[in-house]
Amino acid sequence: MIDVINLRKQFGDVQVLNGISIKIEKGDIMCVIGPSGSGKSTFLRCLNCMEDPTGGSIIFHGEDIADMKVDINKHRRKMGMVFQHFNLFNNKTVIQNIMLAPVFVQCQDLKKAKRKNSLTKLTNVFRKAQNKKELVPITTTKAQIKKEAYEHAMSLLKRIGLEEKADVYPSTLSGGQKQRVAIVRALAMNPEVILFDEPTSALDPEMVGEVLDLMKALAKEGMTMIIVTHEMGFAREVANKVLFIDEGQILESGAPEEFFGNPKNPRLKEFLSKVL
Amino acid sequence: MGNFDQKVNKFLEIFIEQNGYAKVVEGLRNTIMIAVLGLIIGIVIGTVIAAVRVIPKYKVLPKVLNGFCSFYVGLFRGTPIVVQLLVFYYVMLPLMGIRISGLQVAILVFGLNSGAYISEIMRGGILSVDAGQMEAGRAVGLGYWTTMLRIVIPQAVKNILPTMGNEFIALIKETSVVSFVGAADLYVAFNYIGSNSYEFMVPYLVMAIIYIILVLIISAGIKIMERSLRKSDRRN
Repeated sequence: MIDVINLRKQFGDVQVLNGISIKIEKGDIMCVIGPSGSGKSTFLRCLNCMEDPTGGSIIFHGEDIADMKVDINKHRRKMGMVFQHFNLFNNKTVIQNIMLAPVFVQCQDLKKAKRKNSLTKLTNVFRKAQNKKELVPITTTKAQIKKEAYEHAMSLLKRIGLEEKADVYPSTLSGGQKQRVAIVRALAMNPEVILFDEPTSALDPEMVGEVLDLMKALAKEGMTMIIVTHEMGFAREVANKVLFIDEGQILESGAPEEFFGNPKNPRLKEFLSKVL
Repeated sequence: MGNFDQKVNKFLEIFIEQNGYAKVVEGLRNTIMIAVLGLIIGIVIGTVIAAVRVIPKYKVLPKVLNGFCSFYVGLFRGTPIVVQLLVFYYVMLPLMGIRISGLQVAILVFGLNSGAYISEIMRGGILSVDAGQMEAGRAVGLGYWTTMLRIVIPQAVKNILPTMGNEFIALIKETSVVSFVGAADLYVAFNYIGSNSYEFMVPYLVMAIIYIILVLIISAGIKIMERSLRKSDRRN
């Protein structure tokens, strides 16, 4: 689904990613581990061009999204992202956080269709009866988009058991609740893949569980996920592919049993001996 | 103090019997109009400039725009407001062949001037919003300007409201120089009363009191606004 070819990223003179190539298939749960400063977060952020790659390509839906010319917003809607520090919109309530993007995107499409239709109508006046252009069918209204988005958002909130928090501001939620809302916000766009950037690193230990449980449930449903994490237990249990990145390169990758049970790369061995 | 009573009487005579109050009302209206319209123009200009100046600059267009905005800010912060008024009224507009009244020039210049100051306030406000907010907006597929308008700027405005109040207060007080281009503000009104009675002590005292009352009202208004904007915060 995502084809990363020789991905490179430079910050000034520092080469952070040194040619990373990996294929991500639909339904993959890929965990990325590595020491801090290894480039694993940068790798993840390059996948949806939060950081613009300085070399290589990322093929998603047959388009190279590392190219600055593609409409990156369109692709990002299909790639959810969950951040270490949640990054919920502070000026929006929980439900608004979830509804904002779906409503905005659909209303924009609606507006575009309407504009196109009125242009077609205008030009149709000058066309002969047999070659009048057809209008784009408009099946929905702004109110309906909002209603549907609200219902979808509420069902998502129900799923994480936070429906009574729909109208509060994020500042009143606990870390675990914030992160679950952030995951749900990504889900609201019906993405094909979700990128997790250390989703549990900023949480109190007792809240890590609830977030990991939600992620496990998503994994079971067949969501494609790429997860940068320090939760080795989670990686071992849920992932079907684990990557070890250090100094901007993939040093080892494989299925979790092999990866954790029989690591070959000396750096990985050293890393695992420290963290396990 | 008999002397002072006399002065008060003289002031009241002009104020009430010789239409002084009409001048004062007109002056007050103009002062407020210049400050409010100036602030509105300033907020619009300032927000646009601030948003332009925080765009990541690796494309040509943002670089050019940024250069222009820096120049604008430098120009308007680098010259006194009186000079700007005079230059606009006596140099720029005549050269362009535009004829507008002193009041309109005052509104325009105060708008342009406060735009330069507000842009810096706003820029600080935008930078004070966590970068993660912009990232989160972009990550769900919203564009730069959409995220800016819906997520970042509302939060920035909340952060800068106290400073913005300062700017508005400064603006109200600075309007007392618009008589340089013949706009009739509070100062002109009281100056009129003073010159007609050959007695300036009471008129100017009353003028000072009116300015203080204006500023107190504005401060109270800002406090109310702040409280209503703090809804999403834990600091109530």
